[in-house]
Amino acid sequence: MRTLVRSAGVAALAAALFAAALPASPAEDTAPLKTPQWSFTGVMGGFDTAALQRGFQVFDNVCAACHSLSFVAYRNLVDIGLPEAKAKEVAAAKMVTDGPNDQGEMFQRPAILADRFVPPFANENAARYAMNGAYPPDLSLIVKAREGGPDYVYSLLTGFADAPHDVTLAAGMNYNPYFPGHQIAMPPPLAEGVLDYADGTKATVDQMAKDVTQFLEWAAEPKLGERKRMGLGVMLFLLVLTGMFYAVKRAVWRDVH
Amino acid sequence: MSGSTQPSGGPTKGVLGWIEFRLPIFSFLNSSVGYAYPAPKNLSYWWNFGSLAGVALVIQILTGIVLAMHYIPTAAEAFGSVERIMRDVNYGWLLRYMHANGASMFFAVVYLHIFRGLYYGSYKYPRELLWWIGLVIFILMIATAFMGYVLPWGQMSFWAATVITNLFSAIPLVGTAIVTWFWGDFSVGDALLRRLFSLHYLLPFVIAAMAIIHLWALHQHKSNNPLGIDMKGPQDQLSFHPYYTAKDLFGLGIYLIIFAALVFYVPNSLSEPVNYVPANPLQTPPHIVPEWYLLPFYAILRAVPDKLGGVIAMAGALVVLFAVPWLDTSKVRSARFRPIFKWLFWVFVVDAIVLGIVGAHPPGGAYVPIGQIATAYYFLHFLVLMPVIGKLESPLPLPDSIATAVLAKGKR
Amino acid sequence: MAGEPSGADKNRRDFLYIATGAMATAGTAVALWPFIHQMNPAADVLALASIEVDLSGVPVGQAITVRWRGKPVFIRHRTPDEIAEAQKVDVGTLRDPQADSARVQKPEWLVMVGVCTHLGCIPLGQKDTDPHGEFDGWFCPCHGSQYDSSGRIRKGPAPQNLEVPQYAFIDANRIRIG
Repeated sequence: MRTLVRSAGVAALAAALFAAALPASPAEDTAPLKTPQWSFTGVMGGFDTAALQRGFQVFDNVCAACHSLSFVAYRNLVDIGLPEAKAKEVAAAKMVTDGPNDQGEMFQRPAILADRFVPPFANENAARYAMNGAYPPDLSLIVKAREGGPDYVYSLLTGFADAPHDVTLAAGMNYNPYFPGHQIAMPPPLAEGVLDYADGTKATVDQMAKDVTQFLEWAAEPKLGERKRMGLGVMLFLLVLTGMFYAVKRAVWRDVH
Repeated sequence: MSGSTQPSGGPTKGVLGWIEFRLPIFSFLNSSVGYAYPAPKNLSYWWNFGSLAGVALVIQILTGIVLAMHYIPTAAEAFGSVERIMRDVNYGWLLRYMHANGASMFFAVVYLHIFRGLYYGSYKYPRELLWWIGLVIFILMIATAFMGYVLPWGQMSFWAATVITNLFSAIPLVGTAIVTWFWGDFSVGDALLRRLFSLHYLLPFVIAAMAIIHLWALHQHKSNNPLGIDMKGPQDQLSFHPYYTAKDLFGLGIYLIIFAALVFYVPNSLSEPVNYVPANPLQTPPHIVPEWYLLPFYAILRAVPDKLGGVIAMAGALVVLFAVPWLDTSKVRSARFRPIFKWLFWVFVVDAIVLGIVGAHPPGGAYVPIGQIATAYYFLHFLVLMPVIGKLESPLPLPDSIATAVLAKGKR
Repeated sequence: MAGEPSGADKNRRDFLYIATGAMATAGTAVALWPFIHQMNPAADVLALASIEVDLSGVPVGQAITVRWRGKPVFIRHRTPDEIAEAQKVDVGTLRDPQADSARVQKPEWLVMVGVCTHLGCIPLGQKDTDPHGEFDGWFCPCHGSQYDSSGRIRKGPAPQNLEVPQYAFIDANRIRIG
């Protein structure tokens, strides 16, 4: 048994050395991501409600002009600490198509809490038509759908720069070293002064990028806090139970030679 | 003490006795996993993975059944219904993460189970059929996992479905017709998604049935053991219960801790981010890979620079395992007594890991020749080294019995 | 090595086995809850559990049916005759005694779930041309239950009056059900 474990260790080590010696994959040409401190990472991590609300403000004022958030409903805003009345106000500012009514016709009505976030464009074709052929992706899952997650989104939002001299930008494109290919159709969305935070926090580009990234992390994984809290209980329980299983195993096997 | 001092029959009195008289289920259980089932007394923790695989299968079936209550198998709604499970269904996020990571846990224990069998020669006479049934289960698992991976209808799901079903187009003459038949359409779409869902629901129950047959075959000649020698009498044995039930429970505890750590803290660590992008039939992601447990086979597929050849090599990597009981010419089961084979085993393990790493990277640069060498070695191991070393190697002397070996170890 | 366990030793072992068994059983029981609770209404279903209805388009003597939690809700703009008829009934003679005033918030508006309390069929009586039974109310075609102009059970197998859902007037012409 012990030799087997030792051999397994040697095999794992050999494989690890081999992996380290291999070349990095050639497709990776993007800059190494910035890694800010997030409140929601780590075993005990959770969302910061104030940051989520600021992040929602950024999303609503800036991102929502072009990006949809189709898997999030207005009722979910209550979960980030918005009062229900305020969430209703947010919803009622948008119109949704409902129907058919008694005359058999579709009609427009203000959105209610049960509705999902109303997209800025009716469909992908409408978005591409309005956006010079580029399609602003849905942001509901953007953090989970990108390698690097929140670090990537934050780096991208704060990573716009002037193109180096050896790079020729295509028409309508912007330079961003964190984006695959370095040319992105989205212009820098955040700038000092685009909004004032309701809670008085100074709305710097860095602050807004962090807040909206946290908001998008929440949009992608709304159950993160519940998951980690439950996980803690489950892990503690399993550690105790496994300890007891081990004691039982010892007790059962004690008289075997 | 042998541990078989407990009664071996079923209950004779009361309600249990009434049932036992009509359906001898209690004596059956007793002789299958109870006091009356003898196991070698020297089984190590490497023998835990069989029962863990059973637990993993049960977890997959239970979580799968409840997920199917909410999942919608249409191209238009599949992705959204999975997100609804994650957001709105009560504990839906927990059930889905258990199901997704449970598949990885299942493969992990089955791989350890298979490698344990390869190290200790568990496939040899008289357990060849037991090995075969196990391999059938493994292949069914691969099919089931692939189908399950398609269901969320993300980008990776869609393109995995496209690439894997297109493998069959490599078959000469009828390939295209077969692929069209699979698809029920001229491309991957609704029809394929629905049939994969149907089969994904069915196959786990076929796996469960095969697992029972696997156990049936196991119980015919009982477990192999780290020494690879047969049990000769009660002094070599322990009753399965309570000795191995207790040991299996401890293993289960460790298994659940690792499982919970994955589910609650890093639930997406084993999957590709791009599968959170809804399927887009007009755009392939820049880099498509299967789940980690299929990477070695994916590397073998890509190692051969010919469409049909690659498919044959990948299928061959599985088929060759069926021949292992006869390719291994040594009379000794356990690698513990085979000084050369022992090292070849570990080289093979490294080779499998290397194939996995190669499979995870885009084909280019050094990965191409490394993948080809590792693929060649995979077949070399089974087709050449196993038969030749079995003949050439002189094994160490085997102990007289399990009991004497255990006693000698106890003294030392 | 060890012989037969001594008494105290055996007790300690038995305690360990029982405690471990209890712990494992409790853990399994708790783990079952997500599997059960997932079948309860999901968050998006609960979000639609209350609806708002505009009553301004319903003339006197007419009724509308709206869908609420997947069930029909009957909203009837009652005539003075219907109101008087409903109010003069001797509550003591009813199978499910309930005064009309306990079933309405404004006498002219009767709001109730249109599901027969017998076995769940939808009673007839919403349209003028429907049968209304002997009591100028609703008639269930499945097993012949008859409800009066207050939706109370008067004849037939149904045990209870038609259920009045929780609702509130938001303003003169709009109610929120649920």
